[in-house]
Amino acid sequence: MAVSWKRKDLLDLESLSTEEIELILQTADSFKEISQRPIKKVPTLRGQTVVLFFFEPSTRTRTSFELAAKRMSADIVNIQTNASSLTKGETLKDTAKNIEAMKVDIIIIRHSSSGAPYLLAESISPSIINAGDGSHEHPTQGLLDIFTIKEHKKKISGLNVSIIGDIAHSRVARSNIWGLTKLGAKVTVCGPATLMPPEIERLGVKVTYDVKEAIEGADVINMLRIQIERQGQSLFPPIRDYSMKFGLDAEKMRYAKKDVLIMHPGPINRGIELTPEVADGPYSVILEQVTNGIAVRMAVLYLVSGVKKRIE
Amino acid sequence: MDILLKGGHVVDPANNIDSEMDVLIKDDKIEQVAKNIKASGIPQEAKTIDCKGKMVFPGLIDMHTHLRQPGREDEETFLTGSRAALKGGFTSVLCMANTNPVIDNKGMVEYVYSESAKAGLINIYPVAAVTKGLEGKELTEIGQIAEAGAKALSDDGKPVMNAEILRRALEYSKMFGLPVISHCEDMNLSMNGVMNEGFVSTKLGLKGIPRTSEIVMVMRDIELMRLSGARLHIAHVSAKESVEAVREAKKRGIKVTCETCPHYFMLTEDAVIGFNTNAKVNPPLRTKEDVEAIKKGLADGVIDVIATDHAPHSLEEKDVEFDFAAAGMIGLEFALSLANPELIKSKVLGWSDLIRRMAVNPAKIIDLQGKGSLAAGSDADVAVFDAGAEWVVEGKRIESRSKNTPLIGRKMCGAVVLTIVGGKIKYENGKFN
Ligand SMILES: [Zn+2]
Repeated sequence: MAVSWKRKDLLDLESLSTEEIELILQTADSFKEISQRPIKKVPTLRGQTVVLFFFEPSTRTRTSFELAAKRMSADIVNIQTNASSLTKGETLKDTAKNIEAMKVDIIIIRHSSSGAPYLLAESISPSIINAGDGSHEHPTQGLLDIFTIKEHKKKISGLNVSIIGDIAHSRVARSNIWGLTKLGAKVTVCGPATLMPPEIERLGVKVTYDVKEAIEGADVINMLRIQIERQGQSLFPPIRDYSMKFGLDAEKMRYAKKDVLIMHPGPINRGIELTPEVADGPYSVILEQVTNGIAVRMAVLYLVSGVKKRIE
Repeated sequence: MDILLKGGHVVDPANNIDSEMDVLIKDDKIEQVAKNIKASGIPQEAKTIDCKGKMVFPGLIDMHTHLRQPGREDEETFLTGSRAALKGGFTSVLCMANTNPVIDNKGMVEYVYSESAKAGLINIYPVAAVTKGLEGKELTEIGQIAEAGAKALSDDGKPVMNAEILRRALEYSKMFGLPVISHCEDMNLSMNGVMNEGFVSTKLGLKGIPRTSEIVMVMRDIELMRLSGARLHIAHVSAKESVEAVREAKKRGIKVTCETCPHYFMLTEDAVIGFNTNAKVNPPLRTKEDVEAIKKGLADGVIDVIATDHAPHSLEEKDVEFDFAAAGMIGLEFALSLANPELIKSKVLGWSDLIRRMAVNPAKIIDLQGKGSLAAGSDADVAVFDAGAEWVVEGKRIESRSKNTPLIGRKMCGAVVLTIVGGKIKYENGKFN
């Protein structure tokens, strides 16, 4: 493949070309092997500083990025804080400029406001990796989902992928939609009408409120995590109703293809999105997603750090 | 000093003038508008200004500005707002009540008059709040506010959500002839929304404000107006269906009036892409279809007024996450230079139609005697516009104290070269007097 990586940042999958996505997946493939070794460390990022700048609590994504950076010998700083720039006095940009002044190389940011990583990318020079911004995108999650699908199905083009749950608030859904449709998959989104964002079909996906329709014929079913905090808001149906209508249980699995893959970005609300027998069942690749997450994030760190070096 | 504006293309729709004429100003009034005013009739000391090739209008009147004084003088003051107005050809503006403290009593109305007089550049008229503290609960002392000279009532920035309170405000204000200016937004439908709800909000993962939040309130307020028989003016119409609702109401003989703003006839929600906080405004920028409907409403007269909704915000309020950014953009300096290409050159409006919406109708709606017209004896408020001049919007050349506009770097068509207020030249070729 002739394409080379030219981006300082990874902010979204929307703006990536098919070739760029393929390049990340290929690079991740070679990094996956490192995690199988007894000594899981390469010197690729030695001397580089990676900041994990998390404005939202997250154990899974933060740990995955941290391990990815550690296995590449980077120095790591964790900053965990609260999102509201209004209550803090110091703005996000101020904070970022301070971190920049400490001469760091890569900033991995998670923020509850859509677009926050863009504000950083346009104002400071370190590479910015979006680890999830509001309801907008979560590009490394999209990439690791695609990587996992590809490992099993050997291709993406032509696959039927159904994404089920709270589509409106899901950055995982958006990144999956961009990545999968670019690579030629046929994507269906399914969820309660109150949690379906307007005009989403213009992203090239099929919309259904009928979970059976989403399950039938799907090669992959990606179940989104619902945020239980949203309970009680007008747009969220009562949890039990949600789980009866949209949760995946053994009964609904009877409509599924025999070789379907069940995915979930985690952490699972057991008994709500997935019953235990489905989550732990033979179709589930949920733990493989976690393993692959590290390889994909190593690949992304590797690619953006290479650009930094070439610029300097 | 008397002034003779020689040979300009005079557009004075109140007097059906749209041709090359001279305008003679004596003291603070218009003396005469005629072809080739003879030197013999002109006082010796009159200053003659060659306006050949330029447009001459009655001074523009902006029904909707936020001048931020008192409370946020770091964002705008009567002085800096006046300079921005003069550069845009505005000689009179209404300033909204959502200052700190709120303009919600007689003393605050008097404050606006006395403090703005110190700036001494343009005519500034206060709009007073409908409810105390803009809280939507208790009516202000409308009688005393009217007596102090407020030109309208509005809780702008917020709607009066309680229909019963708005009904009583309309009934009460009717006794004093004060129009109520309504910011139409159903706060339950728009809650936490930061941009138009639609394809772009879906893509960006930003919480949308459905167009319905505006439409239902336009419809509600039209009915409350009918019930009360009062005067109601709908602020910043942005959605196609709102234009249609006003069109229907007018057909039914209801005397509702409404305004739109330049950003609603020239920008769409696409301006938000990239999380551009300077394109965050309330009501939000909508779709191409809405822009077309706004233009149609302007063309057929359903939309009576073009106002700016000039809303200055400091960099600290804009240079933050999109969710946290303040809504609003400045507009006084650009309105005419945007209307020129977007409405005149594209043949949506003729010059007379445009000046009706930017001077004549505002004067009528808020009852400004002697303004919006160049008839003999009118106040000598005049703007001279060079429609062919081109310039580029640059932050450092903006007169407003705040620079929040999505127009930075954009080419403007046409520039105001001279603004006269009360017979005095207050702005000429970039200089203020
Ligand atoms: Zn408003």
